[in-house]
Amino acid sequence: MNHILPLMVGIPLGMAVITLILSKIHNRIADISATATTIATAAMSFYLIGTGESTYWMGGWFPPFGITLVFDGLSSLLLIIVNTVALLSVVFSLSYMEKYTAKPKFYSLFLFMLAGMNGVVLTGDLFNMFVFLEIASIASYALVGFGVEHEELEASFKYLILGTVASTMVLLGVALTYAMTGSVNMADVSAMLKSFPATKTMAFAAGAFIMGFALKSGLVPFHAWLPDAHPSAPAPVSAMLSGVLIKAIGVYAMVRVIFDVLGASPVFLEIMLVLGALSMAVGGFLAIGQWNLKRMFAYSSISQMGYVVVALGLGTHLGFIAGLFHLFNHAAFKSLLFLSAGSIEHATGTRDMKELGGLAQRMPVTSTTTAIGALSISGVPPFNGFFSKLLIILACVAAGRWFLAALAAGVGVVTLLYFLKAMRFSLFGELPKALSNIKEVPFPMAFSVIALAVVCLAVGVIFLVDPAFSDIFLQPAAEVLMDGLKSNASSYIASVLGG
Amino acid sequence: MLSHTSLYILDIALMGMGIYALIAKRHIIKKIIGVVIIEYAINLFLILIGYRAEGVAVAPIQDAEIGATELAAKAVDPLPQALVLTSIVIGLGTLALMAALAIKLYEKYKTFDMSEINRLRG
Repeated sequence: MNHILPLMVGIPLGMAVITLILSKIHNRIADISATATTIATAAMSFYLIGTGESTYWMGGWFPPFGITLVFDGLSSLLLIIVNTVALLSVVFSLSYMEKYTAKPKFYSLFLFMLAGMNGVVLTGDLFNMFVFLEIASIASYALVGFGVEHEELEASFKYLILGTVASTMVLLGVALTYAMTGSVNMADVSAMLKSFPATKTMAFAAGAFIMGFALKSGLVPFHAWLPDAHPSAPAPVSAMLSGVLIKAIGVYAMVRVIFDVLGASPVFLEIMLVLGALSMAVGGFLAIGQWNLKRMFAYSSISQMGYVVVALGLGTHLGFIAGLFHLFNHAAFKSLLFLSAGSIEHATGTRDMKELGGLAQRMPVTSTTTAIGALSISGVPPFNGFFSKLLIILACVAAGRWFLAALAAGVGVVTLLYFLKAMRFSLFGELPKALSNIKEVPFPMAFSVIALAVVCLAVGVIFLVDPAFSDIFLQPAAEVLMDGLKSNASSYIASVLGG
Repeated sequence: MLSHTSLYILDIALMGMGIYALIAKRHIIKKIIGVVIIEYAINLFLILIGYRAEGVAVAPIQDAEIGATELAAKAVDPLPQALVLTSIVIGLGTLALMAALAIKLYEKYKTFDMSEINRLRG
């Protein structure tokens, strides 16, 4: 029994309500309590590293009857990503959200979303996963529409409709799984499915799960909502949505269900490869034509998630390491890019690249961090994106998938192309007259982007010189996925039902 | 008395109606109704999993008159009902948000026609 696990969900969930109540006394209290909450959850996520696999039985009901929270290498990696990006986004919001009214309500929704994501990452129960998925999703629908202007509302409505269909598909999957096995505990279901012969019902359930989670993670052809919803949200929310939400409730949930519940058969891996390759190519090519800075970043997210899904779908140890490393890196540089785009919008009032230019002269900090983010994501050494993309291409070659390796390398060049376009038209060139008196952003915003830029550079260097990084963060997570490939009883089942 | 299979077929037909409304209708409120129909079809599906068609079902409450073995043989499965209760509450939350967004969209665009609400593209 690990008593920190319920706190990872409980603290943000409780503080979401308490923050709103405390803000009636003074608006500033909301700033303090939201920052303190995210510091606490981030600290706990780092404290949990290396504590090994552990479980918590909600209410003392032992599995398979009660809800179980399960902590293993994969959860650990995701918790660190989610809570670190959440902390930096909240620090960024301290200044950025000043221009919106109802800042306490923003923090409240933000903490609900954080609680939902932590819940999805930790839960060991299929129906409970659906509930946390909905908590995170509903909070994110409201956050996308937070500006309550034409575009925000339109994006929020589209996201809401498609997101609800996705959740409903997940619920259908849970219902079919329950009908087959009579259990909703993941380890219990997995143990039973390993002894059953494969049936059509299970294939239908798997289809429903994959469609639901692919919609949530914005993989092509389920991506229609993503380029509308991610740019329309306020910058810290865009950073959370693109940086962690599509990973936690999309890719992570899909991988957890495929590997630890259904059992990773070659059919599922092949589906992941197709979805990933499509997203990688389509997202990349659609990004080139964009003139809206944040919309380009949103298309780039689709493309980069394609890389992650392709690497995980290879089903090899190197592929898992590469995919998880890219997942980690994408969280760092995509939230950096969205926060930097927020800084640019904060200073200039626009995110249209045709109206920008020459920002490097007036905004040295923001320009440097934007450039670092763009270089990382395009795979320029020594930044972190270079190593994960290289590993993904190597993993494709090692698995004998030459076409995918070539596609990954080709899309890498396309990525470099559109990020050069973004840098050329926003950071360099001539400063338009209308922007001649812009100022650098205030300290909290600068702090967040600098912290993320340092992560992008440091992770790249540390990964190269010190294998301990990979041993601590990536290996345990890759072991969990390797375990899912086995056809006999896995250690996931043993650790949940036996512990 | 309808058989189990025909109930499932009717439920899938209900879901198909929801998907039709969601895809083919341009009116925002009709789309919302479509989403709600899909949700309710899935909820009904969950209830059907625990349903007993023989007409012998009892409520899953054990008392002095009914033994544990008899209860297990006759009672409906209570777990899907508990799941559906949660799912209905979540559905209510989404419905409230959808309705609020529809009102706000009407205030801004002066229309409920989704094909005229098209500022985001590309």
